[in-house]
Amino acid sequence: MARLFEYQSKELLKQAGIPIPDGMVVSSAEEAAEAAAKLAKPVVLKAQVWATGRAEKGGIKFADSPEEASAAAREMFGLKIKNLSVEKILVEEKIDIESEYFAGLVIDDAEKSPVMIFSSMGGTGIEETAGEHPDKVARASVDVLKGFREFEARDLIRRTGISGGILTRLSRTLAKFYIVSRKYDARSAEMNPLVLSKQGKVYAADCHFVVDDYAVFRHPDLGIEVAREFDRPATELEKIAYLVERNDHRGTFYFFQMLDDVDEKENAIGFNGAGGGGSMMSMDAVLDRGFKLANYCDTSGNPSASKVYRAAKVILSQPNIKGYFASGSGVASQEQFHSARGLTKAFGEEKIEIPAVLRLGGNFEEKAIEILHTYLKDIPGKIEGYGRDDAPEFCAERMKKLITENHFLPHKVRPVTEPEIKESAYSFKTVTGKIHIDHEKCGRCATKGCVEACSPGILKLENEKPVLAISREEAEKGKCTECLACEIFCTYHEQNAIFIRLPIPGLKEYREKVIKEQETK
Amino acid sequence: MSILVNEQSKVLVQGITGREGMVRTRLMKDYGTNVRAGVTPGKGGQEVYGVPVFDSVKQAREECGDFDISVVFVPAFLVKDAALEAFDAGVKLAVLIPDRVPINDVLELARVSKQEGARFVGPNTLGLVSPGKAVLGMIGGRAESAREWFRPGSIGVSSRSGGMTSAISYYLTQAGLGQSTIIHVGGDAVVGLSHPEVLLLFEEDSETEVMVMFGEIGTTQEERVADLVSGGRIRKPIVAYIGGKAAKSGTRFSHAGAIVEGSRGSHESKVELLREAGVHVVDVISDIPKKAGQLLKERGEKR
Repeated sequence: MARLFEYQSKELLKQAGIPIPDGMVVSSAEEAAEAAAKLAKPVVLKAQVWATGRAEKGGIKFADSPEEASAAAREMFGLKIKNLSVEKILVEEKIDIESEYFAGLVIDDAEKSPVMIFSSMGGTGIEETAGEHPDKVARASVDVLKGFREFEARDLIRRTGISGGILTRLSRTLAKFYIVSRKYDARSAEMNPLVLSKQGKVYAADCHFVVDDYAVFRHPDLGIEVAREFDRPATELEKIAYLVERNDHRGTFYFFQMLDDVDEKENAIGFNGAGGGGSMMSMDAVLDRGFKLANYCDTSGNPSASKVYRAAKVILSQPNIKGYFASGSGVASQEQFHSARGLTKAFGEEKIEIPAVLRLGGNFEEKAIEILHTYLKDIPGKIEGYGRDDAPEFCAERMKKLITENHFLPHKVRPVTEPEIKESAYSFKTVTGKIHIDHEKCGRCATKGCVEACSPGILKLENEKPVLAISREEAEKGKCTECLACEIFCTYHEQNAIFIRLPIPGLKEYREKVIKEQETK
Repeated sequence: MSILVNEQSKVLVQGITGREGMVRTRLMKDYGTNVRAGVTPGKGGQEVYGVPVFDSVKQAREECGDFDISVVFVPAFLVKDAALEAFDAGVKLAVLIPDRVPINDVLELARVSKQEGARFVGPNTLGLVSPGKAVLGMIGGRAESAREWFRPGSIGVSSRSGGMTSAISYYLTQAGLGQSTIIHVGGDAVVGLSHPEVLLLFEEDSETEVMVMFGEIGTTQEERVADLVSGGRIRKPIVAYIGGKAAKSGTRFSHAGAIVEGSRGSHESKVELLREAGVHVVDVISDIPKKAGQLLKERGEKR
């Protein structure tokens, strides 16, 4: 889910009219001192990381002067809290707290509605509070058509034992909190603690927003880079993968890295599932056989061959994996030869030396398996294709066997290279790439099989050479489906005259870095 | 019988002229689904595989009469509007195919459909099939495969994974066990008809004898099924598989619904609760046909 940092969440609250302590975000010890000087009162420094319980890990410190603030910040910037480095610190005025409350909004899948939760005992451990003091916690379902009105907030809060003047002030804050949560499509949001100061003022002392991934497009102002459920910031490779997903709407390509660093000796594989349920089942089958997963990747929902190609290229950017395992539900509705062609192009380019077990069961699986076995038989790594009648457990056994036979050879990441493209080549753009045809070579071609192989039928022969049968604009808009059939036919049956360039922004540089690291080890 | 859809159900397709809408209209027509009309605003007057296209749902109703079901293929951000339009025109069941529909839109649809006495499947669903009668959505991919993979019978299948809906039903067919209706409830955290609601429909269905449920980590769907079984509301036998044993808390594995929040929704807690209630939880998928066949046989013998 797209999480916001505390300082970002508080900015939203402020816009909604909920008071927050005065403060500013800093990225260095010098800035921390300046912030403390500007605030001109005792401050609190709070590490901006996605982790709960940061106080015990040194992520919260108090300072009475700019000098102290600078020293505290210096210490904090060196910290790693739950494996997350501290890159930003929020410097805020210190509040003298009279009492602490909890307010949260969650979505209840059983009621199919948002639920507002309030507790008159705030601070860490709200789960325990709820268990030990049920009378201090209350919840209320929200009717999304009516919203959460102030009188509902009052009734919710009084059920936690609060009365008097503070009741109306807290209620007003809570009603505003619902409005801002809804406005920014919060999947969950909490103010904990919400505090009453000794001076009698209500503040949101801490706040966390998680924005619904599927609604991030409505909020470009939030600047969310990767709208994905992660419990940590995205890795470099994940950011590269996410760009691929964002730029191609055909099907799903969901990627996340489960191991940052695979050891040469570690029994880890690249994992390419298809469909959530089938992927999880397949993942269980390989984990049961002692494998670790370097990554989790899902290509499903009828993706283009080019998208599957890019997924394979991303997976093969992790060094030292011992095998490549692809398996989904086994009975996919999507046409599986598209995935087969994507994998064929990627593996052929990479000439992988590790084995791959590819379970592509579903529509047209026979054709898919035939593509894999025909075109990948000569690459160094052993490739086995399977269909719907081969169980994931069996396929996982095969993976194990092939890796053993390959003596646990670790995968070497190769630089991104491309064939030289002649200026005279016939080229046209596709949705996400460009097709180049070397017409000089076409003269030696006997079959002209690329025209027939083209699934959408957009190629024709002109003077015995393949050219577009439609306009360039149509090809670029998606009439060329990037099925990769022309290139694969030409590469393996004819003159190797066709090259489809499918760029993956950032991958070249990423691999260069990985290769350098491998060499220094 | 079957649940939710049969060969007589009058079906509308919203977003019929789009990439998926066109291809899947063909699948549905070829399979025998009674597709009466399609809607794409601005494309009224066209035809897709012989199905007339209209500019609005009300216009389609004026020309073709009432619809029982609408299958929605519009882009995710337009799903809410399309479904509201269908409900407004008296459609009682919407099947929402697209992935990535904002959760607040789903909540609003849940609220409105309740008020209108309507229901919806999805979002993020492959659809449903009553074998031999009708298919809704994209399940099976093409009619030929759908006919080969799914056969009429007495097992009701409900799944949170699209691919596994097909896979389980295919394995049942291979084992000689047909299905009454198979349904992919959708992969999202909040869906229209969830497992408990679907299984209650199977409980009432005279044709269904045994139910199969493919559950996953995250959400409270399987826990609520356990409650219904313990409370005696569901008496027909259930075979269940819960995916995501290896998943870490807080991490999402493809389905937005498959997120474990704290200890809630974990694999262990679901399996334990279901087993306590008397649901037959199997550890590997290939045990589903075996167990379902055995339970079907036992039910036959009791009569």
